Amino acid sequence: MDLDSLYQEIILDHYRSPHHAGLRDPFEAEVHHVNPTCGDEVTLRVHLEDTPAGTVVRDVSYDAEGCSISQASASVMADLVIGQDLDVALSKHEAFLTLMQGKGQVEPDEDVLEDGIAFAGVAKFPARVKCALLSWMAFKDAALQVRAQGEPA
Amino acid sequence: MNGLLPDLDVIRKDFPILERVLDGGHRLVYLDSANTSQKPQVVIDAMVDHLERHNANISRAMHQLGAESTEAFEAARDTVARFLNAPSRDEVIFTKNATEALNLVARTFPLGPGDRVVITEMEHHSNIVPWQLATERSGAELRWFGLTDDGELDLSNIDELLVPGTKVVALTWVSNMLGTINPVAEIARRAHEIGAVVVLDASQAAPQLPVDVQAVDADFVVFTGHKVTGPTGIGVLWGKAELLNALPPFLGGGEMIATVTMEKSTWAPIPSKFEAGTPPITEAIGLGAAIEYISHVGLDAIHAHEQAITGYLLEGLATVGGVRVLGPLDASKRGGAVAFELAGVHPHDIAQLLDSRGIAVRAGHHCAKPAHKRFGVQASTRASSYLYTTPAEIDALIDGLEYTKNYFKV
Ligand SMILES: Cc1ncc(COP(=O)(O)O)c(C=O)c1O
Repeated sequence: MDLDSLYQEIILDHYRSPHHAGLRDPFEAEVHHVNPTCGDEVTLRVHLEDTPAGTVVRDVSYDAEGCSISQASASVMADLVIGQDLDVALSKHEAFLTLMQGKGQVEPDEDVLEDGIAFAGVAKFPARVKCALLSWMAFKDAALQVRAQGEPA
Repeated sequence: MNGLLPDLDVIRKDFPILERVLDGGHRLVYLDSANTSQKPQVVIDAMVDHLERHNANISRAMHQLGAESTEAFEAARDTVARFLNAPSRDEVIFTKNATEALNLVARTFPLGPGDRVVITEMEHHSNIVPWQLATERSGAELRWFGLTDDGELDLSNIDELLVPGTKVVALTWVSNMLGTINPVAEIARRAHEIGAVVVLDASQAAPQLPVDVQAVDADFVVFTGHKVTGPTGIGVLWGKAELLNALPPFLGGGEMIATVTMEKSTWAPIPSKFEAGTPPITEAIGLGAAIEYISHVGLDAIHAHEQAITGYLLEGLATVGGVRVLGPLDASKRGGAVAFELAGVHPHDIAQLLDSRGIAVRAGHHCAKPAHKRFGVQASTRASSYLYTTPAEIDALIDGLEYTKNYFKV
């Protein structure tokens, strides 16, 4: 297996200095997700705001413990969704999920996933796909919880 | 190196998979034997021969193949009984794995409010969760032996833990994460003083130590076939006959009954009482062959080999800056599994880098989350050896760790 296709420089950069890390206020939902097979964990908060133009993801903050792939993925995810309309953010989640489940056959769209395209190689390592998806799944869960609460008012 | 198996080359030839060349042209370096061991040709052949020539259901088939199959299956039970030095072959129950064997005991052992079960912080989840379920269901109390900083059982409060009313003391003989070999005979003695039964998880002990159920005076002992060079899908519960006779059945179905009427059923004597349904016949025969194989090499010799390799591994790890070994640093107190941390690199990433060089290790919590928590680590990397492991494979691991450090620039 080609290691450098897995450990792209962009991934290692995000791993060494993750963006938006740490837990912050305010937030409307906090979730805790674990990868039961390996024990990777993430606690993640989302702060959404209703605007005339729609619901906007104002902040995503997180505390993640895990490997380089899961840490870098949280960093890239936060970069991608913060400041976006919630529907756009969720569509980026869809695009990332499709990429990860594509067994290396899916061509990622850089306009949608930006630094996230560096994870294309991860899809060829089935054992690591869950690492890459952990924080994305947590984000989606938290965002949908807020939506279900009907918050923010 | 003292203690290595003298015919290591010959032994390695018994394991066809060790010839395997992996992606990138790397010869397999298999250091994940505590997870599952590799299988010698004799085990593979015994299973294939059974399927090709003798396959039939056991006990209930009135024909020649049925008789051959039954005989082979029961011969495997005799082999296991000899291996454990069990007083009676009827005390050997075949299960699916160690997990099922532990669940069998935890599910059927009578417990009630006011009773106590004592386990340890170094248990595999399979010797934790069944007892959590059993104590929750029955209202009994669950207590834990803690661990010392060097990864041994903390017995300083044993008088407080083992009090009258304690019904079960369940512990691992050898830790799958810390490698620690526990003083099981001493704990059994203390448990018996207060009338508790002792359940030993020998999943990591059976592959590499002589396991004599009478010498340690255990009440129940479990192990799993796939770690003793046998196949998956087969495990063993041994229990003292009078205890097994007193327990209610675990699973109901065919083969475990004396008679069934529409009003009521009665149970077959042990071992059948606990072997409902068609058992894993081919797997039991494979397990029998596996135990013959490791017994032929000799458990004392395997133990010496494991200790020599483990000592060499600990020395090697000590040369790698940033490595912290979890568990005893003295190889004589350990089995052949060493979990460690490498500063600045997550275990997944270590395992991935090693895999790219053909070296198989385990990364994660190894189904021992409480033990990891005790040492303040979320995950670790574990290298585990067996009777086919060579010093050169340990060298490859140590080189691989240096390569990993370079790759991640730590
Ligand atoms: C100490 C210990 N107990 C129990 C088990 C469970 O074995 P199995 O999964 O085969 O039931 C294992 C193996 O993973 C183990 O190492």
